[in-house]
Amino acid sequence: MWNTLSHMLQTGLLTEPLPAPQQTAPALKTLQKELLQILGRALCIRHVDAGSCNGCELEIQALNNPYYNLEGAGIKFVASPRHADLLLVTGPVSVNMEEALKRTYNAMPDPRFVVAVGDCGACGGVFGTSYASRGGVANIIPVNYIVMGCPPSPAAIISGILRTIRPADIGA
Amino acid sequence: MATNFMEFQAPRLPANIPTRRLRVDRVQWFQTAESFRKSNARFLTLWGADDRDRDGGFRIYAAYLIPNTVMVVEHFIEDSASPSYPGIAGFYPAALRMQRAVADLLGISTDEADTRGWLRHGGWPESLFPLRRDVDGSQQYPVESAPYPFVPVEGDGVHEIAVGPVHAGTIEPGHFRFTVVGEKVLRLEERLGYTHKGVAKLFENSSQQNGHRLAARVSGDSAVAFSWAYCAALESLTQTVCPARAIILRALALEQERLANHLGDLGALGNDAGFAFGLTQFSRLKEELLRANIVAFGARYLMDYVVPGGVAFDMTPDARRLLLDLYDAMEPSVSQMRSIYDEHAGLQDRFREAGRLEQATAEKLGAIGLVARASGIACDLRVDHPWAPYDLLAPKLVVQTGGDVAARVQVRFDEILESLRLCRLFLSEPPKDAIRTSVPVATSGVLGVGLVEGWRGPVMIALETGPSGGIRRCHAHDPSWQNWPLIEYAILGNIVPDFPLINKSFNLSYSGQDG
Repeated sequence: MWNTLSHMLQTGLLTEPLPAPQQTAPALKTLQKELLQILGRALCIRHVDAGSCNGCELEIQALNNPYYNLEGAGIKFVASPRHADLLLVTGPVSVNMEEALKRTYNAMPDPRFVVAVGDCGACGGVFGTSYASRGGVANIIPVNYIVMGCPPSPAAIISGILRTIRPADIGA
Repeated sequence: MATNFMEFQAPRLPANIPTRRLRVDRVQWFQTAESFRKSNARFLTLWGADDRDRDGGFRIYAAYLIPNTVMVVEHFIEDSASPSYPGIAGFYPAALRMQRAVADLLGISTDEADTRGWLRHGGWPESLFPLRRDVDGSQQYPVESAPYPFVPVEGDGVHEIAVGPVHAGTIEPGHFRFTVVGEKVLRLEERLGYTHKGVAKLFENSSQQNGHRLAARVSGDSAVAFSWAYCAALESLTQTVCPARAIILRALALEQERLANHLGDLGALGNDAGFAFGLTQFSRLKEELLRANIVAFGARYLMDYVVPGGVAFDMTPDARRLLLDLYDAMEPSVSQMRSIYDEHAGLQDRFREAGRLEQATAEKLGAIGLVARASGIACDLRVDHPWAPYDLLAPKLVVQTGGDVAARVQVRFDEILESLRLCRLFLSEPPKDAIRTSVPVATSGVLGVGLVEGWRGPVMIALETGPSGGIRRCHAHDPSWQNWPLIEYAILGNIVPDFPLINKSFNLSYSGQDG
C-alpha cells in the first residue's frame, strides 16, 4: 500500500487542459455547462470498431489516460448504445460489420451524434471500397463529423467530439 | 516409408532469414506435415494462390520453422475445376482456420470435416471466390443471410451466452459463444472474420514500392513488424542492402512498438482485475513513450516509418538524448510497478491459475510468440533465427512456465526490461550513414519471404512479384491466427467474469487474423 501511495505522489497530476475547438480555450466549467445545456447531462460515448486495423482504437483508449483524462471533463465511454449520445466509429465499414453497425446506431436514443474516426472512417483509407469493404462510415449511417488521421491523435479526436456537440463551432 | 523432409536439399528463397522452398506432390504435402510434426517443427502459416493464368492450376503453400531454416512447402493443384488438397489440421490444428479462409477466398477445399466458412459471413455470393484472378475485387454485393452453426452442447443446466461482435469497450469486433454451467465455462467457440477487409486482394493492385503501407495496416498495433517484414521480403528479392543506420533505426522502432504494447497491456490487465491504479500508471508511461515517438520517429504510431530501402525519418541527436532519458525514467517506474503488482494479494489472486495453458497443450496446438513463451516454450525469432541487427546482439530469451495470466504478465515485464536494454544498445553508437537507399524493381514471378518477431510473435510476409513493379500475390500472416484457438482451451473451467482478463492476457489481433 505504501508503495502504491508513494508512486501516486511521485507521479503527481498530469492532466492537461482540453484543446480549444477554435481559438478560444474552453474552460472546463464552460464545457460542462454547455454539455448540460445541449444534453442535460454528461456526454456518453459508445465506440464501434466497424473493421479498423486497431490503430484508431489505441488512440481512443488513450483518451482516458491521465494526460487527456476525458472522463474528468464529463465525457465518458459507456458499454451500451442505449446509454450513448455519441457514436465513435472507426475503420472502413467491412461488409461483415455492416449489419452490426446499423443495429448499434438504431439502438441509440435521439438526439444522437456520429463521429467517424480516422482516414478509414472518412473514406475507407487504404482499404477503399471493395468486395469486403463499404468504405467510409457515411456510406452506411449518417455522420455528423469526421476526424482525419492515420491514426488521429487523441487531441484531434477530442477536438472532433467537442465540435460535434457544439454545432455552432462546426461552422455549418 | 518415412521420408525425412528436413534433410531435403531444397533451393533457397530470397528472405531475411534462411528460407528454402520444397515443391511437393499431393501425397508429399501430407507427409511433409506429418514428418515436420514428428520432428517438432513449428507451423507458421498456410496460404493459397490462383495460378490458372500461368500454368493452369492453383497452389497451396505452408511454411514451417525448422532449426535454422524456414521451409516453404509448395504444392501445385492441377485440377482447376474442383481444386482440393489434403488438410494438415490433424498434425497442426492451427492450420484448420487458415484452410477454411483459403476455401472462402480461393475455393480450394480440403478433406477436413469442418467446412463452415470463416471469413465469408454472407457479404459476397457463396459461389464467388474473391482472390481468384478472374474476379473483380472492387465489385460490391448485398449482404445475404448466412447462418453459422455453432457446435451445440446439451445437458442438464447448460446454457449459452453469446457475446459480440460489438463488445462493451474500445476493442475490435469478434463473436464469442460460451456454453456455461452456472458460472463455469464448459466450452467456448470463437467466430472471427468481422474485420475482413480484403487485404490480400488489395495487395494485387498495389505496387511493390507502396505495399508496405498496406502491410503496416494489417494490424495497426504491429505496424512496424508488418512493414519491416514486407520491406525485408522486397529487399531480399532485389538484393538491396539497407544502410546500417536504417537497420538500427528499424530495430529501435520495433522495440518501441513492443514497449508501447506491453505497457498498454500491463495497465489493461491491472484494470481488468479491478486495479485502476495500474491502468493509470501504465497508460501514463505509454503516453510518454508515444510522445517521444513524435520527436524520434515523426509520429506516435509508426504506420509509415519503415519504407523499402530504409526508414522515412532520421533521428536527431536531441531525439536520441530524449529517448535515453525516457528509458532512464521508465525503467525504475516499471520495476516499482512490478513489485506493486507482485505484492498485491487481490491482483495476484485474479492472475494466478486464471486461463492456464499447459505447456503440453500449447505444444500440441502450436502456440507461438509471447503466449508460447509464457507456457514454457522457448521460441523467439530474434534469438532462434536472428536477422540483422539482432544477429549481433544476442537478445535474451524470456520464458515463464506458469501458462496462466500471471505468467503472461511476467513475460511482458521481463520483455520490457530486455527491450530497454536493446534500445540502449541501439542508441549507444548509432551508425552515421544514410537512412534510406533506393530499391530497384524486382523481377516478375519470384517469391520472397520476410519474417520479423513482432511484440505478439512472428509476423510473416510472403511476396510474389508481378510484372512492371507490381505484386502478383502477397500473403500477410499475423501470429494471432495460431493463438486465437488457444483461448478456447485456456478458458475451460474458468468463470465467465474472468474471460476479459484472460482474453486481455493474450491480447490477440482481430484485424490481423481477419485480413
